Amino acid sequence: MLLHTFNHGVHPPDFKSLTNGLPIRRLPFAASLIVPLSQHAGKPSTPLVKVGEEVVRGQPIAAADGFVSVPQHAPASGRIKAIQLMPSARGPKTDCFIVDVYQAATQQELYEYTHDIDKMSAEEITQAVQDAGMVGLGGAAFPTHVKMKPPPDHHVDTLVANGCECEPYLTCDHRIMLEQPQNLLQGIRLIKKALGVEQAIIGIEDNKKDAAEILQQHLQENDNIRIQVVKTKYPQGAEKMLIKSLLGREVPPGSFPSAVGVSVFNVGTLAQIGELLPHGRGVIERVVTVSGPGVNKPGNYLVPVGTPVEFLLKHAGVTKDAHEVILGGPMMGMSVSALDVPVTKAMSGMVVLNKDDPDLKKGQTQPCIRCGYCVEACPMQLNPSMLGMMASASMYEDMQREYHLNDCFECGSCSYVCPSNIPLVQYFRIAKSVNRDMAAKNQGDAQ
Amino acid sequence: MAPYLNIIIAVTFMAGFGLLLASVLVLANRRLAVYEDPKIDEVEELLPHANCGACGTAGCRAFAEKLVAGELQPGKCTVNTPEMNQVIANFLGVELGSQEKITARLACAGGSNVAKRHGNYQGVDSCRAAALVSGGGKGCAWGCLGLGDCKEVCDFDAIFMDKHELPQVINDLCTACGDCVDICPRDLFSLQPLSHKLWVACKNLEKGEAAEDECRVACNACGRCALDAPEELISINNNLAVIDYSKNNLASQIAIERCPTGAIVWFDKGIQKGQRAKKIIRKEALPVE
Repeated sequence: MLLHTFNHGVHPPDFKSLTNGLPIRRLPFAASLIVPLSQHAGKPSTPLVKVGEEVVRGQPIAAADGFVSVPQHAPASGRIKAIQLMPSARGPKTDCFIVDVYQAATQQELYEYTHDIDKMSAEEITQAVQDAGMVGLGGAAFPTHVKMKPPPDHHVDTLVANGCECEPYLTCDHRIMLEQPQNLLQGIRLIKKALGVEQAIIGIEDNKKDAAEILQQHLQENDNIRIQVVKTKYPQGAEKMLIKSLLGREVPPGSFPSAVGVSVFNVGTLAQIGELLPHGRGVIERVVTVSGPGVNKPGNYLVPVGTPVEFLLKHAGVTKDAHEVILGGPMMGMSVSALDVPVTKAMSGMVVLNKDDPDLKKGQTQPCIRCGYCVEACPMQLNPSMLGMMASASMYEDMQREYHLNDCFECGSCSYVCPSNIPLVQYFRIAKSVNRDMAAKNQGDAQ
Repeated sequence: MAPYLNIIIAVTFMAGFGLLLASVLVLANRRLAVYEDPKIDEVEELLPHANCGACGTAGCRAFAEKLVAGELQPGKCTVNTPEMNQVIANFLGVELGSQEKITARLACAGGSNVAKRHGNYQGVDSCRAAALVSGGGKGCAWGCLGLGDCKEVCDFDAIFMDKHELPQVINDLCTACGDCVDICPRDLFSLQPLSHKLWVACKNLEKGEAAEDECRVACNACGRCALDAPEELISINNNLAVIDYSKNNLASQIAIERCPTGAIVWFDKGIQKGQRAKKIIRKEALPVE
């Protein structure tokens, strides 16, 4: 059978067998948790509690500031020690709650109220999703309820559950599909109702057929949920690629999937919605894959939000040669410079590489030989080779104007295949960052 | 028909056609001509052709147009020598107009010998790229990354990197074009008149030990400088000393004497720190933690 897929893309070794057979295990609380006020795209939340106040597990501690924002909840019972600037994985220091966790604090959620999900209207579901502090758990951290309210001129007819997990090493979504199929399907039913869509499709790569089978067994008769196995290829899990693979629709440049009538949610997000919404709970923990050659006990851990990366690494154990810690997957993830950064809602995995890892020993950057491998790899049909040459000439504006730089979502396929070791994605990130600054400056000047 | 008749017809036709087109051109030249003051070309010739934009216009041509129109004064050009500007002023018969020398200044003193690094950045040699990879490894999230984007972008070679990987501005060469201000991913550069001698060389928004822990010359928001500053010349805003340059004439070296870390400095023939600021003896870079 010919599997659905998109054009171009790459096939990196996936290393998923390290963790895909290991069940999700719960991690104990760290002595103090660092809960950032901004774990999502949009405005940071506003604190609801004062320094010194006692909080219980699950209690809202910060409220959403406007529509594109979400509240935060206390991941453990304890006392708010401080609200101070702490390093974030992205670099800039942001305001965070420091929660001193009580010894022997219970894992039971102490703050919840019951929703009758069968009687909830679409608006109530959307509101409940925002109240849960739900963001895209796949890594984008975009507030979920915003996606549930598409612009009025966009008619959404399909919900896509993204279970591709195309990044190497990561298996948290795979485990969630295997272990929590009920929650996932419940979440899909709720979102379907809120969006008022007819059909839902769960897209799963063909290296996770066991998950597809389990989900199929749990489907109910009138669900109208289809499970579609797609080809294993990177970046199948990028929402625009998945829409192309499943529905053959192409999202126009610069617009959201709702422009072609689709809303895409990560399976981890949907499973948490299915689990949390009936109880009115908030997002306080998530499954994180800890993997890589530098880890002694790789696995999928259920980690309270705010756990310092260092604590997680101590539990998983790192080898003596551990050299680089990457948050997220190795293709799109970001290496960290400080181990006191916390696990946030959007952090799906952590990969530790050893000092002698061949992936870290990329050779010297050579000039572009115009082999065209990157053009063949780019899933967005851009011309990374040309863009790279323009970047080295600092032609940042032209890159956007003539070569659609902003369509690049930094999947890293071009850098991965480049035989000259040109760090193309890094060039594009610089270019985008300069363009953003210039646009902000021009806007400031105009005012 | 005689063969020469063909030639005569052709020549006559071509000559007539040529005359017709020529008259169209002559007419177009008369009717569609836009008058441009020839002085603009001449003034442009006298300008430095740097097109740096420091004068606030889109380039030397635009500046020349403004000069001839009398909207700006020649002194606005900071790249030209004062003598050349005088020549332009004489040519146009206008006042030279004076402008105080403005240079770019860096609000960071955290070189590699005083500021901690938590990680080794590997990748493209650019501050902007490093800033996007988890902040580039520097302990201070506001400080200079030291990879020299500003040096690269400077068209006038006015910036060089010192031995502690910190950019230094050569005031005589700086034309205040603002390129370094735009390129710095941490917004550390700003354009300052030379008369702004009192300067806070730090942008760290943390307080007390949290700030000093990462960098020995950070402003730790102790507030001593603000305490006896005349008429609120200095205030502590968001854990950082801020100088109100509208009261610049009140500035004196007292403030630098108050600063325990040496984050506030006095720019005058080099950078002066207070007597009581802690001494930085270390010359080599701090090890990566």
